[in-house]
Amino acid sequence: MRRRLRSRGLALHALLALGVVLCMFPFYWTIVMATNTTEDIYRYPPKLTFGSQLLVNVHKVLQNIDLFRAMLNSLLVACTATFLVLLVDSLAAFSFAKYRFPGRNLLFGLLIGMYLLPTQMALIPQFVLMVKLGWVGSLKPLVLPSLANAFGIFWMRQYIVGAVPDELIEAARLDGCGFLRQYWHVGLPAIRPGLAFLGIYTYVSVWNDYVWPLVVLVNPDRLTLQVALSQLNTTHNTDYSMVMAGAMIAVLPLVLVFLLFARNFIADATKGAVRG
Amino acid sequence: MAAQSTAAPRSRPGSARRPAASHRTRGPRRVWSFLPQYLAISPFFLVFLGFALVPVLFTLYLSFQRWDGIGDMHYVGLEQYRFLISDRTFWLALSNTLIIWVLATIPMLFIALVIAAMLNSTRRLTAFYRIAYFVPSVTSLVAIAIFFFAVFSSQFGLVNAALHAIGLPAVPWMSNPWTIKVVIALLMTWQWVGYNAIIYLAGLQAIPTELYEAARVDGAGPVQSFFRITIPLLRPIILFTVVVSTVTGLQSFTEPQVMFGSNASTNPNSGGPGQAGLTVMLYFYHQAFDNNDFGYGAAISWALFLVIMLIVAVNWRIVARTDR
Repeated sequence: MRRRLRSRGLALHALLALGVVLCMFPFYWTIVMATNTTEDIYRYPPKLTFGSQLLVNVHKVLQNIDLFRAMLNSLLVACTATFLVLLVDSLAAFSFAKYRFPGRNLLFGLLIGMYLLPTQMALIPQFVLMVKLGWVGSLKPLVLPSLANAFGIFWMRQYIVGAVPDELIEAARLDGCGFLRQYWHVGLPAIRPGLAFLGIYTYVSVWNDYVWPLVVLVNPDRLTLQVALSQLNTTHNTDYSMVMAGAMIAVLPLVLVFLLFARNFIADATKGAVRG
Repeated sequence: MAAQSTAAPRSRPGSARRPAASHRTRGPRRVWSFLPQYLAISPFFLVFLGFALVPVLFTLYLSFQRWDGIGDMHYVGLEQYRFLISDRTFWLALSNTLIIWVLATIPMLFIALVIAAMLNSTRRLTAFYRIAYFVPSVTSLVAIAIFFFAVFSSQFGLVNAALHAIGLPAVPWMSNPWTIKVVIALLMTWQWVGYNAIIYLAGLQAIPTELYEAARVDGAGPVQSFFRITIPLLRPIILFTVVVSTVTGLQSFTEPQVMFGSNASTNPNSGGPGQAGLTVMLYFYHQAFDNNDFGYGAAISWALFLVIMLIVAVNWRIVARTDR
């Protein structure tokens, strides 16, 4: 009996490990392609191990697109958007969670309804608006619309309801603290883990965003990493090693940073769905 | 990105607890005393109004106009929609989108459920598995699309090399209309199967084990308890994953755009050989931003919106009804 249970456990872990291999294989193979020459990869049988051509490939990438400039742009956009989203969403969520102002339930219901609105449908007018504002080609259009983040406020509100004790807010109020100081001294310290989740979530989605940057970034000197990578692929898609070197640079930093925070992040990410 | 996770709020805001700052005054003075709170929530509503709500309504208005974005608008009534109905490329794009969505969503959610059940039945290494299965969902879709194109490349791709190694003939993955869709569906499955599995896992862990014990005492086997306990109790979460997969899957754009991204305004093969990878969003993008046909683009996006709503409603009914 015991032996049978044990072999069942082994089979289970073998299957799960196979799944992990399938999930991880693209990262491995991306590095293999990025560190070899295209000829080595595309002969038969292909080379399956890491090579020594990484610097050559990266150098070729840099001759074709300004990868580091694009990376800097992505970093700038993602950091600004993340900072603003955290500020705006936590303030709004704090108000919704802890204060009973007239019209609150109506406004919060409105916010949830807005979450269901498919914003892809707004692409044409958004673009026209950016043209009118003279922002097309600059990075500004990438930051502002990301503030219309109903998910962030909804999630933060759920979090704050449980994380910030009402008594502390009441005590701060009796001590003469206004709304902003209640937020700063009572709210913020208690919701740091929640901010970490929302921050990573926002950063990753802005960093990986593609459709909207593709529409508004008409200036080839000002691209985000995703758009630059896509252009590299379109113009040089036969030199796989070079393109994959670019892809590697676009993917690995984010994945590595994610791995640092992954444990808590995954636990938080599932909460919104499961709590219902 | 991944966690588009939400659902209806668990309770009405603040109904369970005493509100922290309940001012006793009534009327306009009461509203005035909450000025900081109103200011705190206003940035979201202003940005949303300006960058989402008004634009979506303006899209509806545009769909009754002919406009290239520069000259004057011309009111054309329902002409854009009339053209849409007779536009064979639109119908091709719609059927491509639906086929890719079915090919991706059904296996993905099924495999995710199986992975979740397996993860739920072990205590070892679960933290490691969860992270490993989650990582694909935070990876750049552009990079993944490039990767899949390279690996499934008809001539020298890794997959065909592997087929050759075990004595099978090479498959022209990226030139056959069906295999193009299969590759895009595989890509979506790879990226989201782990994310959905982790969500299902959280749902499974919320099911009390006593239920299973009671079922076992009553003589139910593991298969029976899976269909009689697990599936019914997971139903809200399954519904959530189905809705999210539908809304995102039917708006797929990046995969075919990156894979077949030659500048498509003049290229009849946009969306790959036989336009087999042309999705509705990609067609919309070409019409609106390559051809500057904003009126027609607006009509396409409203048509897609209606299709998505229709399919979500059908899913809702199916999932909500099962096992009732």
